[in-house]
Amino acid sequence: MTAAPTSGPSLTGRLLSLLRGREILLALAVVILLNAIFTPNFATWRNVEITLIQMVFVALVATGMTLVIATGGIDLSVGAVMGLASVVAVALLPYGIFAVTLGCLTAGLAVGLFNGVLIVGFGVQPLLVTLGSLIWVRGLAQYLSGGRKEYFEDAAMRFLGTGRLWGLPLQVIIAALVVLVVAIVAAHTVFGRRLVAVGGNPAAARLAGVPAGRTVLVAYALCGLLAGLAGLFITARVGSSDPTNFGVLIELDAIAAAVVGGTVLAGGRARVMGAAVGALLLQLTTAAMIMNNIGFAVALVLKAALILCVVALQRGRA
Amino acid sequence: MTTSPATRLRLDARLVAAVVALILVLMIGAWRNPEFLGSENILNVLRQNAVLTLLAVGMTFVIISGGIDLSVGSILAFTSVVTVKLAPEGLPVAAAAAVLTGLGLGMVNGLLVARLRIAPFIATLVTLLALRGLTLAVFGEETVALTEGRSEVLAFGRGFVLGLPVQVPIIGVVLLAAWVVLTQTRFGRAVYAVGGSEESARLLGIDVAATRFAVYGLSGALAGLAGFLFAVRIGAGITNYGLGLELDAITAVALGGTLLSGGVGGVAGTAVGVLIVGFLFNLFNLDATLDTFLQKVVRGGLLTVVVVMQGTILARRRR
Repeated sequence: MTAAPTSGPSLTGRLLSLLRGREILLALAVVILLNAIFTPNFATWRNVEITLIQMVFVALVATGMTLVIATGGIDLSVGAVMGLASVVAVALLPYGIFAVTLGCLTAGLAVGLFNGVLIVGFGVQPLLVTLGSLIWVRGLAQYLSGGRKEYFEDAAMRFLGTGRLWGLPLQVIIAALVVLVVAIVAAHTVFGRRLVAVGGNPAAARLAGVPAGRTVLVAYALCGLLAGLAGLFITARVGSSDPTNFGVLIELDAIAAAVVGGTVLAGGRARVMGAAVGALLLQLTTAAMIMNNIGFAVALVLKAALILCVVALQRGRA
Repeated sequence: MTTSPATRLRLDARLVAAVVALILVLMIGAWRNPEFLGSENILNVLRQNAVLTLLAVGMTFVIISGGIDLSVGSILAFTSVVTVKLAPEGLPVAAAAAVLTGLGLGMVNGLLVARLRIAPFIATLVTLLALRGLTLAVFGEETVALTEGRSEVLAFGRGFVLGLPVQVPIIGVVLLAAWVVLTQTRFGRAVYAVGGSEESARLLGIDVAATRFAVYGLSGALAGLAGFLFAVRIGAGITNYGLGLELDAITAVALGGTLLSGGVGGVAGTAVGVLIVGFLFNLFNLDATLDTFLQKVVRGGLLTVVVVMQGTILARRRR
């Protein structure tokens, strides 16, 4: 050890190579450390729980976004889907929690399939299709509800929103399971390999016999589905629908989480667990800013700067 | 590039299609409402859509170069407040400040896209977000009303020149200048070349990065001018105005026949596209049959329909 040859990698070099591809864990450690020092009441179990609860929506949406970005696409309509799902949830509440769940997931799936069909079937750029959807889905949610929030009292929804299981918040458990399943699917199944192949080199993937269209379609469908689930969760948590405000700008957080987690915007890589860690990182940063009395406006600017830095770093490496 | 006769013919065909669509909207409007084609309503539509025209002209350059600029609405909101803050110094000062601020912000986009090589939609999405935050952080309140010399400013913003709203000659000059730059200058040809094929543009000796940088700077400057025109018409700067306006601008550009994949299109088509969008929403407002939420559905749906049509046309041509 002490007699390391001068031509070999130095200790710092070896440390760096160990960290390569895992920079996000380093960033996470730094954020946690800084928070532990500067933010009052940070290192408490209660705070850990609050952090996990607050990141559920972004984590779910970012999971779907990761799949879409892996194909080289993007989905800007996820936030609007959450608003639509909340309206659907309230409308179906008289028919019970299963109808509500089914309705929210179906609404998300429908928008996702709509996006996917236009992108795959008509060769339209994902950005433009989902930008259009962002507006019309939000408009539809507002039209169907007259733009009003609808408050409700429902035991099953309250349990889904704030209930606990094995001492942990129910939503955190479900979200963790979803992330885990999607991560395994993305990393260890044929679909996952196709996803990455389509995003990495569409022409080669098609030549290799990958059903490119179907794979991309499924990615958008899953992304919509997960956004629908996030819409159900936020509705249950808040105890009301909100067609106007639920999910606004969440697409940016989701993109940021996915990109910070190591998924490349150009496609060809899907890091679902990375996206979850990215969502955690964003949540901790946001919470730290709020707890240290940095305003929402400045927080927006800082978040934007963070996304830029990560994307610029990715470009530099490519 | 657009120099081959075949391409020019196709461009004209798209322009004709846009004009036909416009005439259709006008005919439906005239049928639904007798005042629709009255000079008062027409002048009103032109005045109200001056802002959109400026954004769409900038967007035309960006889209032809193969990019997209989602930040124009944010730049407009920011510069509308800049205008109000500087209006007491005189309107020329306020106008110059708004345009230069817009130019500076556009150059930030240009830097991110051209130098750091960040995907245009991510770069401009991030500036959209950061600028909304910045506007709130710097100016605080949501509406910054003009207090000093309000009547003079409004007299300009709501005034007439030779019987036309003051906005009409301004956007007329901008449209003409944009057309000349795009079709008659080396820079214009470079914009088409970069959007058509970056690789061949580079082989032709075109400075791709500089062209990109200039295009985003131009889009920002025009958004700054739009912010000025908005503020002098309303008599206030509104920090959260312009949300979704980039969508209308993209729709107008696409309706005008500029291909969203880059390399093909023009300012004349964009002018027609803006008129289609402007008269369509004017029709909804006059009719009052479509509530604001459904209008949103139509707005998003319109963009979707237009891009799908473009996609189908492109796919057919590739075959």
